Amino acid sequence: MRELKLFYGPQHLGMVGNFSITLKVEGDRIVKADANPGYLHRGFEKLMEQRTWMQNFPLVCRINVVEPDHMELIYSMAVEKLAGIEVPERGKYTRSIFCEMARVASHLFGAWAYANMLGFDTVANWAMYHRDLLLDMFEELTGARVYHVYLRPGGVRRDFPNGFTDKLVKTLHKIGGKVPDYNATFFENSLFKKRAEGIGVVTREEALRMGAVGHTLKATGMKYDIRKIEPYDAYDQVEFNIPTRKNGDAYSRLLAIRDDMIESVHMIFKLIDKMPKKGAVYTKTPNPFKWNIPKGEAYVRCESARGELGLYLVSNGKNKPYRAHFDTPSYNHGLTVLEKALEGESISDVGNIMMSLYVVAPEIDR
Amino acid sequence: MSKTSYLNPFKAIKYLFKKPQTLRYPFETLEIGDRCRGFHKNDWEKCTGCGNCADICPNKAIEMVKIDGLEVKPEEGKKDERPQLDYGRCCFCGLCVDICPPGSLSLTKDFLHIHFDTDTFTFIPKDEKLDKETYKSEEDYSIFQASIVHRKENYDGFSPDMRYALFEPDRVEMPEVEPDVRKLSFIEQVIGYNKDEAKKEAGRCLECKLCEEACPAHLKISDYIDAIYRDDPKESLETIYEDNPIPSICGRICMAHCEDACSLQIRGDSLAIRWLKRYAADQIKNFKEELEIHPGEHTGKKVGIIGAGPSGLSLAYFLRLQGHEVVVYDELPGGGGIIRTGPPIYRMPLEAIDKDVNYIESLGVEFKFNTKVGKDIDFEKLLSENDAVFMGIGNTISFSTRVKNSEKCALALDFLKDNKIGEQRKVGKKVIVIGGGNVAMDVARESIRLQHIQYPDDESIKTKIVSLEDWDELPATDVEVKEAKEEYIRFNPAWGPKEVVLDDNGNIKGLECKKVKSVFDENGRFSPTFYEDKTIFLKGDMIIEAIGQRADFSFLPEKLNEKLEFTKRRKVKVDENGMTTIPKVFAGGDIVNINLDAVTAIADAKIAAQGIEKYLSEKPV
Repeated sequence: MRELKLFYGPQHLGMVGNFSITLKVEGDRIVKADANPGYLHRGFEKLMEQRTWMQNFPLVCRINVVEPDHMELIYSMAVEKLAGIEVPERGKYTRSIFCEMARVASHLFGAWAYANMLGFDTVANWAMYHRDLLLDMFEELTGARVYHVYLRPGGVRRDFPNGFTDKLVKTLHKIGGKVPDYNATFFENSLFKKRAEGIGVVTREEALRMGAVGHTLKATGMKYDIRKIEPYDAYDQVEFNIPTRKNGDAYSRLLAIRDDMIESVHMIFKLIDKMPKKGAVYTKTPNPFKWNIPKGEAYVRCESARGELGLYLVSNGKNKPYRAHFDTPSYNHGLTVLEKALEGESISDVGNIMMSLYVVAPEIDR
Repeated sequence: MSKTSYLNPFKAIKYLFKKPQTLRYPFETLEIGDRCRGFHKNDWEKCTGCGNCADICPNKAIEMVKIDGLEVKPEEGKKDERPQLDYGRCCFCGLCVDICPPGSLSLTKDFLHIHFDTDTFTFIPKDEKLDKETYKSEEDYSIFQASIVHRKENYDGFSPDMRYALFEPDRVEMPEVEPDVRKLSFIEQVIGYNKDEAKKEAGRCLECKLCEEACPAHLKISDYIDAIYRDDPKESLETIYEDNPIPSICGRICMAHCEDACSLQIRGDSLAIRWLKRYAADQIKNFKEELEIHPGEHTGKKVGIIGAGPSGLSLAYFLRLQGHEVVVYDELPGGGGIIRTGPPIYRMPLEAIDKDVNYIESLGVEFKFNTKVGKDIDFEKLLSENDAVFMGIGNTISFSTRVKNSEKCALALDFLKDNKIGEQRKVGKKVIVIGGGNVAMDVARESIRLQHIQYPDDESIKTKIVSLEDWDELPATDVEVKEAKEEYIRFNPAWGPKEVVLDDNGNIKGLECKKVKSVFDENGRFSPTFYEDKTIFLKGDMIIEAIGQRADFSFLPEKLNEKLEFTKRRKVKVDENGMTTIPKVFAGGDIVNINLDAVTAIADAKIAAQGIEKYLSEKPV
């Protein structure tokens, strides 16, 4: 059969954003997929070299639009490692709760995108609404809905406002109460199962070889989570599971995300219970204008909603970073894993598979 | 797969019968979080115009703009600039709020801007007090007109909070000798920062440069502080020397006008600028060997300077750098002038003075000590031998209260001078000091030290201060008063001396005081009034008067003395070049300015240096 070249995106309804794929197709089977990033290159890593350590916070969070908080977290962790700053106990818990909130919000956003893509509009609207409830919580805590700029090296910028944890628990209960409805209409919906089961399969060997992390790896049955391997903040203080699936297909990946979200909600409850009631939430850092961090380099990693997120940060003793380089999960998932997963699939499933890999285009182009 | 699962999704139908979750905005109001980061608001009364918000803004959305008609008060650290926001750039991170030293900048919950003109994105925020047009009350506010200039009043969002400020409000504590130890001897009270402490303190500087405008001599403070932070005391000291050639002296006794203007001082402690200057001066052990400052090429011009005090020393240095030949005359056996005789050893050790004087001497300035102009050398001769003459003679004669028997009292300057460079005075067991200024504090604190030395283990020793001014109007600095109290000096504020009471042998028995009604008249001029009937008697066997001092112009020949004009405040009148009404004669220091401190004397010397340079270059050879 004749091979055709098909350009999928960046202006395409089923696209995850400023990103495109060039498909070689035979009929409606994909022979080869080529991912084309670069539509959203904003030069963040270079820009970071022009700004002081403190001024970089409003910048790093914009690398990942859907989930800015883990970007802030990894940057603070790297600065803390370079400058040798410890986070106080309450600050650690605050950060962990904050990041788990971000994980839930991000997963809800992912559920919206996936459901919307496949035409499950009802579920999409629910997910958006429930994410909005969490954004209200973020607004109350940080003052902003999306780009929170809440973390700072050594802790967080503000303590919880009065009565915040109660409100948060109430909100999470409200969202959690809808899980059966979500299951019935989406996660365990036979129509959805039919579309997602068995497509875009990535085996564990392939996943490991291509550097897949997060839910893509968990969907192949591997318990790989930085929160367990290298616990940071307060993650070593609470019990939690790493939900996994066996099949490595799109459906398993989505269920891994769902289970991860439910696990996160439980973890927030545990963190709130265990959190010290009083104490500092940050360690004082020097004057931001004169803060020179000693020469050195640091590599730190954390578990973002999409998987292992890394940052390599170098200081040459000045008040600005010398070099910053992010290792973002979407990079692996959106380029190598996606190309592999699309091979042999139908054109109608491109968006489906891409959503299941949970790719966020801005994260690929920094 | 069971068949029911195809029907499962229909469970969602129940939501058809529920209330919609969507907010019907704007008919239903949106509740906004208390920390909402919306448009800026700025309290202009608190705002100093320091520009730290503009410096930290990652997007350069904030620009400091000059506001016409706004008062500039350098001594209070107030500029006539205010932040202007460009909302096309602002990312609402709120770093400007957390860095704002006075805490004037905050964010409100307003975030809607509806307008046809993109220029309206640029905005100078004010607050409700100044801008009633922008901030509307509940009734006047309409969401359909919502914009940067149509906002709700008292709708505060993300606000400044000292607990989370980005700057460091607390000063690195200066190690000092404990009051109980220091009052027993003349040991230097302030120990000085070590390297780590100095670097940490220097690191607090926000580089807003309000201090530089407040400093009479306009030292490049933020530059030399930054050099200390970078651990380069040599560069720091060289920067100081550009404007201030007596760093060891000023690092100890400067009145630190800069610290009053420091933006950190508003909600925390000011930067210890004076102590950091001292640190830089103390770090360099040998100025001559380490500093790279060279005198200018010889011009062949000769300038005579009367008085080796701060103004004389500074002028000698500045003129020497310009290449003139400079001779300094002083009646004292060493340099420093009033600094040599006045500030007690525990504050101003002689070695530190000599360090500065010797360096200036090493640059080629000639000093003629023990030479009193008018006695050892004639003023007119001086005037004819030199191309210009500078008078930096300072105030050397103490005023007396002139109450009955006051001739039995000691005078402050003589008392301080004898103790410092002469023979230590014998003090009484109960000393009364009259006066409430810094000189009175020096006298009292020196007196209690002498009492401890001369009457060891005697518990009856006592030093009291009697001042016209009440606690809140004492002219002495708060630090001096606090330290005097720590050394168990008793204060009797708001009492005026009435009579020195003598016993039958003519020795002092005590001081009769009367209650002060008011110190200043309605115009704020010094004019004390008393309740003549309300009196107390303070017991004492020695009384020292420290109520002020004046200059001694007796060295001037009568003809010239008549020519010398004074201002209304009894200061020598000088023009913008520092020249007095006598041609060729320049003046500066305490006889010219009303601040009566070293750094203002340096500022006078800078003016005179430029004036003399101008005068010499214009004068026909």
